[in-house]
Amino acid sequence: MTDTLPGKTAEELPPDDLLAAYRTMRTIRDFEERVHDEFATGEIPGFVHLYAGEEASAAGVCVHLDDRDSIASTHRGHGHCIAKGVDPKEMMAEIYGRSTGSCHGKGGSMHIADLSKGMLGANGIVGGGPPLICGTALAAKLKGTGGVGVAFFGDGASNQGTTLEAMNLASVWNLPAVFVAENNGYAEATSSTWSVAADNIADRAAGFGMPGVVVDGFDFFAVYEAAGEAIDRARKGGGPTLIEVKFTRYFGHFEGDQQRYRADEVARARETLDCLKRFRGRVTETGQLADHQLNEIDNEVARLIEEAVAEAKVAPKPTEADLTTDVYVRY
Amino acid sequence: MARTITYREAINEALAQEMARDPSVVVMGEDNAGGAGSPGEEDAWGGVLGVTKGLYHQFPGRVLDTPISESAFIGAAVGAATSGLRPVAELMFIDFMGVCFDQIFNQAAKFRYMFGGKAVTPVVVRTMYGAGLRAAAQHSQALYPIFTHIPGLKVVVPSSPYEAKGLLIQSIRDDDPVIFCEHKAMYDTTGEVPEESYTIPFGEANLAREGGDVTIVAIGRMVSVAMEAAGELASSGVEAEVIDPRTTSPLDTDTILESVEGTGRLVVVDEATPRCNLATDVSATVAQEAFGSLLAPIQMVTAPHTPVPFSDALEDAYIPDAQKVVNAAKAVTEWER
Repeated sequence: MTDTLPGKTAEELPPDDLLAAYRTMRTIRDFEERVHDEFATGEIPGFVHLYAGEEASAAGVCVHLDDRDSIASTHRGHGHCIAKGVDPKEMMAEIYGRSTGSCHGKGGSMHIADLSKGMLGANGIVGGGPPLICGTALAAKLKGTGGVGVAFFGDGASNQGTTLEAMNLASVWNLPAVFVAENNGYAEATSSTWSVAADNIADRAAGFGMPGVVVDGFDFFAVYEAAGEAIDRARKGGGPTLIEVKFTRYFGHFEGDQQRYRADEVARARETLDCLKRFRGRVTETGQLADHQLNEIDNEVARLIEEAVAEAKVAPKPTEADLTTDVYVRY
Repeated sequence: MARTITYREAINEALAQEMARDPSVVVMGEDNAGGAGSPGEEDAWGGVLGVTKGLYHQFPGRVLDTPISESAFIGAAVGAATSGLRPVAELMFIDFMGVCFDQIFNQAAKFRYMFGGKAVTPVVVRTMYGAGLRAAAQHSQALYPIFTHIPGLKVVVPSSPYEAKGLLIQSIRDDDPVIFCEHKAMYDTTGEVPEESYTIPFGEANLAREGGDVTIVAIGRMVSVAMEAAGELASSGVEAEVIDPRTTSPLDTDTILESVEGTGRLVVVDEATPRCNLATDVSATVAQEAFGSLLAPIQMVTAPHTPVPFSDALEDAYIPDAQKVVNAAKAVTEWER
């Protein structure tokens, strides 16, 4: 979370930054797996879309960002929220519809936001975020803050006009923006190999006059380096970049999805590609971190998630008096 | 000091005064300067009907031409509003809302509520509405009722140059998303407008004419139609009270109810098509809240439930005119049980 990060190679990352990145990914994983389990009990209402398996993307991008920077997210937004610094306890309370939640129970899983952290919200509309990021990037540019805007969107949203229009506008206005296409293989139940007419989403970058790069989304370090280069370029006035992050999600499109459209790729990914396993393997092999340091984080995160769920379950719900508040600043 | 200027000049002046006052105000839209990247003048157009003409050189870097890409730049205006700017985005014709509506009604309108009161999105979308220029079905609609339906949006429909300037300055200073609807047939109409900056608050109707026999509620260009009708009615001894709500959201129901309680009769004039529009909204409110005061059934004068036609013979019949308003007012004043 410092200005010096972009440009560093993965080998040069100091231990504290590596630990922070691991903590982010572990928090996302445990949060999502716990929500998956709790959803199955019937206690969590509404539509929930989980990010497990995709942690390296949120963590590898957001580690380069600070409070000047903003991100727009998707319906699968919990990971982006955690990586951008939203409080996991408030997030859990929000998912349970409690007044102590990030949005006081008015948003739910698909609308968790914290504008004070530059988190413009998970978004229930596929392709809703990229145009918004053109705006935050424009504000950063006109105000000279050095901030960048990052739009996370899925392979489904890569076919939406809003996304394509936003990429064009970002290049036309030379905005400090980064477009991160998270290609998890499926737009709901439809394969991205079928719905995306190009070989790669990143190939579309050429049509918008910006660099496009494909990254192994299971590899934190690959995402880290690609995002660092793109964010650094954006900050220096070099314009937008499209990064396509390829991986697979560990759960269904939404909780309750029977996933009959899938093969056995999840088991394989969990076993051989998993971002947390690979991260641990690499940093312990190089001697950058020791197992006990990572185990300590595992334990701390487990306690955090346990507390988050316990607190959310007993937190008060909003009252009927809250129904009509906060529609307007003033009406 | 007041002088006579056009509706177009009043809007331009409001923009210029606010841009001079507040560096966070930026203007963006298709050809808002005009000529970006072209070999000729850099501010060739100043908007398709010249409303933003001159601002480009007055405020360098703050008048942004956009691609014809409404989803992107309306969304960008919304995003910028969450990040400390006060963007005024021009959606050239209100009919084009169809290509960017998500950014307005699912994003801008809902941020504050669904984020638990933490978002402030002070964006203004200026847009042209209305029939009368033979612009046909996709460039002539009066679609403000669609925006009025959405909680989180404020909807402004100014009826004169004076109203346009004061209401636009209020729109820019307002902390909520505002849809500012300019009637394209009014840009060359004139009126007295103070040179200095002023605001007109939302949700406070203008009593355009006092009268005790019938209340006529009208908005936007229909205010001048109602005033023309009121003049004709006066010559036959009927005194109409004309109320311009100025904003459809919020709506000043108190002023309307108070007037109907005095006159006992209501005509609502609305250029929008007749289902779920301002006319039905006002009529329902009066029927619910002032039923005991009504001496006759409410009359609604609206466009028919059709697209806007092209041929002058048809378009002239489409738009509510003074004669239709006079007929409606006579129907309610002469009504017998």
